[in-house]
Amino acid sequence: MALKGNLRDFTITQLLNLINLARKTGTLVIEGSNDTAWISFREGKLAYSRMGKDDNNLATILYRGKKISQSQHKMIRSRAGNMSDKELGLLLINANYITQEDILASLQAEFIGIIHRLFTWVEGLFRFENGVLPPDDKIILRINLENIIIEGTRRLREWEQLQDEIPSLDIALKFTDRPDTNLRNVNLSVEEWRVVSYINPKNSIRQIANTTKMNDLEIRRIVYGLLQAGLVEMIRQEGAPVLPRAQIAGLSTADADEQKSLVNRLINRIRSI
Amino acid sequence: MQTVKMVITGPFNSGKTEFIQTVSEIDVVATERRISSEAEKIKDTTTVAMDFGRITVDEDLVLYLFGTPGQKRFDFMWEILSEGMLGFIVMVDSTRPETFREARSILETFRAYAPTPYVVAANKQDLEDAWDIDDMRIALRLDPKLKFLPCIAKDKDSVKNILLELLYSILAEMEAGA
Repeated sequence: MALKGNLRDFTITQLLNLINLARKTGTLVIEGSNDTAWISFREGKLAYSRMGKDDNNLATILYRGKKISQSQHKMIRSRAGNMSDKELGLLLINANYITQEDILASLQAEFIGIIHRLFTWVEGLFRFENGVLPPDDKIILRINLENIIIEGTRRLREWEQLQDEIPSLDIALKFTDRPDTNLRNVNLSVEEWRVVSYINPKNSIRQIANTTKMNDLEIRRIVYGLLQAGLVEMIRQEGAPVLPRAQIAGLSTADADEQKSLVNRLINRIRSI
Repeated sequence: MQTVKMVITGPFNSGKTEFIQTVSEIDVVATERRISSEAEKIKDTTTVAMDFGRITVDEDLVLYLFGTPGQKRFDFMWEILSEGMLGFIVMVDSTRPETFREARSILETFRAYAPTPYVVAANKQDLEDAWDIDDMRIALRLDPKLKFLPCIAKDKDSVKNILLELLYSILAEMEAGA
């Protein structure tokens, strides 16, 4: 029977658990609202993963994993041309540019990172394509799923809590009006500073996340920290579509005097109860 | 005949139904069901769709009070109830700090639905283990300018005060926007 459905009904943790226990070989394809993920397994172990919109070339993965510099990355991309990941890996090792361990560690971090991102997906169609593995020129690993599942469950709990605190990313942030707080005296991480630099009533949290290339979990974590520290507060985004005033107030008249008269009648009535 | 509505929202067992019952001129049309979940069995019944109360202002104007269901699994009703509301009140149970986070979440959700004025009511302030209102304001991370009012939902004067404060806020916003 086909293994397919929606993450809404069967979570990514449950899927990984099933694949692990059934020692499945094949590729899990998940179509989210903005992206598609391909996760391949061999005998129940994570072999490969790829996120649709991401550049998954080995050189880029090594650059993201901080194993090579930006200029090295640029040079490799221009010289390696259409070289496969396996060929490129061998070339870099033979040239003493990088070690095999560096490559494996970067790929492992990349593959697991993609699965961690999936833990924030609450909805998405999935299907498991039995026996389908990535092309031969890709480097395949064998990563046990148990630790990923445990970490995923932890993240899922954190995710649920953060969703409670920040139910929507379509709202904006502004700095609180606390004259005693000077941001210069607060120890923020590089990531937090990146977010802080975009805080403005005109930018929604989602726009900040897109600009800083953070996923939902990462941006919520940072915003939650800033909220808890009392540095920022959530506000309605400036320029967001606002209903006409008469509609907002649930009043059938748009005339300001009539509206005030109506509210005054309500006030008098409540006072008289 | 013109009708306007206000929405009373808040976590499970925060006192929304009682709040409406205290001032409604009709018996509250409540959609309560017996609670099945052991975890939520701190009272016998809960609102599953909405509570509905009415205050007739004059022959041309009626105010409806809608209470939202408190249990999260009925939150699909919230957006429907919030449509066209004049303002909303978020009820918080002062004796149950474990619900503060949810109250905060409900507040943000309703704020996102519509930019209407709102007040927050710290209910059950008459009970011995009620949190101090200043402490609650910090715990709930409420803006110092936001009206955060002590409340006893079974006391008519207290409920009237909450409704009046919301109406004053609505009036002030109208004047500011004029």
